Amino acid sequence: MSRITAGLLKWSIFQKHNRLWWQEAFTGYAMALPWLLGFLIFTAGPIILSFYYSFTFFQITKPPSWIGLTNYRILIFDDPKFIKSLYNTAYYSFFVVPLSIVTSLSLALLMNQRIPGRSLFRTIYYLPSVVSGVANAMLWLWLLNPKYGLINAALKLVGIGPIPWLNSAEWAKPAMILMSLWAVGGTMIIYLAALQDVPVHLQEAAEIDGANAIQRFWYVTLPMLSPTILFTIITTTIGSFQVFTQAYVWTQTPGQGGGAGPRDSLLFYVLYLYQRAFGELKMGYASAMAWILFVLILTLTLIQFRISRKYVYYEEGPKGGI
Amino acid sequence: MQTEQSLPNPTRSGAVRNIAWWKNRKVRDLIWRSAIFIFICLLGILFIFPLAWMISTSLKSNEQVYVIPTVWIPNPIVWENYPNALARMPFIRFLINSCITSFIPIVGAILSASLVAYAFSRVRWPGRDIWFIILISTMMLPGQVTMIPLYVLYSRLGWINTYLPLIVPWFFGGAFYIFLLRQFYSSIPMELTNAAFIDGCSHLGIWWRIMLPLSRPALATVGIFTFLFTWNDFIGPLLYLKTESMYTLQIGLQYFRDQYSVAWQELMAASAVVLSPTLLIFFLGQKLFVEGITLTGIKG
Repeated sequence: MSRITAGLLKWSIFQKHNRLWWQEAFTGYAMALPWLLGFLIFTAGPIILSFYYSFTFFQITKPPSWIGLTNYRILIFDDPKFIKSLYNTAYYSFFVVPLSIVTSLSLALLMNQRIPGRSLFRTIYYLPSVVSGVANAMLWLWLLNPKYGLINAALKLVGIGPIPWLNSAEWAKPAMILMSLWAVGGTMIIYLAALQDVPVHLQEAAEIDGANAIQRFWYVTLPMLSPTILFTIITTTIGSFQVFTQAYVWTQTPGQGGGAGPRDSLLFYVLYLYQRAFGELKMGYASAMAWILFVLILTLTLIQFRISRKYVYYEEGPKGGI
Repeated sequence: MQTEQSLPNPTRSGAVRNIAWWKNRKVRDLIWRSAIFIFICLLGILFIFPLAWMISTSLKSNEQVYVIPTVWIPNPIVWENYPNALARMPFIRFLINSCITSFIPIVGAILSASLVAYAFSRVRWPGRDIWFIILISTMMLPGQVTMIPLYVLYSRLGWINTYLPLIVPWFFGGAFYIFLLRQFYSSIPMELTNAAFIDGCSHLGIWWRIMLPLSRPALATVGIFTFLFTWNDFIGPLLYLKTESMYTLQIGLQYFRDQYSVAWQELMAASAVVLSPTLLIFFLGQKLFVEGITLTGIKG
């Protein structure tokens, strides 16, 4: 009996869809195949494996051996360097996210004014954000040179300094933040585009109602920008938790290999993960670190979405989202 | 009498102006805008200084680098810093390696991402929307989670110290690019592809003959983003390339600093050379950049 109903059901599903439906389904999967395969090989598979590795002792050459929650226990209770790297990263993120959001939004607001040479200035502000990689780290190494660097020379003009920057535990992270702020141009462009999408009629209506510039910004522009602000806060936060190249280049002492800056002040999360994984070949341990990072980022993102309900305004109902 | 009437009374209007010139909308606007302009100029100088400093240092003699107060225009200009810096490393070899690991991924990213984006935008297949949500959520995944299993995978495949780990994944459609192109495709009228479909053109044909030609600017954006990523990529080559002859410029630059005691003028010269393709692409494709960013960022 059940076999018959099952057969009927199967037949009816087949009947429900015509040849075109099947053709479309086949073509769709075939065309999406590169990504579907890529997803399985380069994302889904590794996620599962990484989760498994995080419960093992694994040094690549030998197969992983199960040690349960040991990696996590050591990380949380017995690894001061891990706590240090978490602290460094949180410190950096705590300052760099608000500062870069405020800076880029302010720049975008300035660039949105009618001023001569606007596209030239836009280029100038945007340019540093494409300067990245090792060359950028080298440039800042020289800019931050305590004795001959440009930054201390400029600070001397206003009577500050000399600041020891990368030679001191206190100033190494502020140096990192400073360098990141130089590259806010990318975020500025996002805001600039969003600003151009703010309907002029809303601004005009507010102006007719007697709102001054500050009120117009606060009650019209800012709410209209709020989805973009949420987006940039999330992407900057995620990015700030993953700094690597600059920290790596800055902490390499020529001829001596990897370090972490004075008193481990530049030991950022991913740098420490890299050192554990590829310096000491502790793949299981590093996988556990990667998972903690993942959970942290996910939690932060969810919290930000949660908070955003209070301030984000979506024009066409609360659908938005990415 | 008539002239007196038509001309405003000089004393009176002058008095009015005296009282209210700061309330005058035009005057206030002008002052406000000049203030902003001056501020923007100063800020612009601040933003451009680091790069100017890089170029300036790269053209200085060793003595001039350490002169205080800072010299901006070197005298004499030492062009030799460039050939000298490049001669310290197998520059041509690094350059070729960088080109291999940058240009092949561009082809892969454009082809695969546009094909997949087409499937997500124009073909109706069951599960499409769920897969799209999965695609979007993979963008949130920090690369560190997959880094170790991928390293293990590549070492099992014998791909360590080859370019394959840096090239092959690009042929499997990056989530970000698929998302970007799908956004772009939704701006191409449905009628166009529907008409072609009714005329008997296959999806593959529509993608190749209609979508690809129409989405050239978006494809260029994908190409540029890919190039910027791969050219500046540090952790990838650091993990997978082990011997000096395989190094890309990024690793080469780091290696260069590691090997010799730093001569800042040469280090800056080498850095400027490594940076130059990025800057060149930036100036050539600035418009595409901005479009690409707004296409993906704005609807946040």
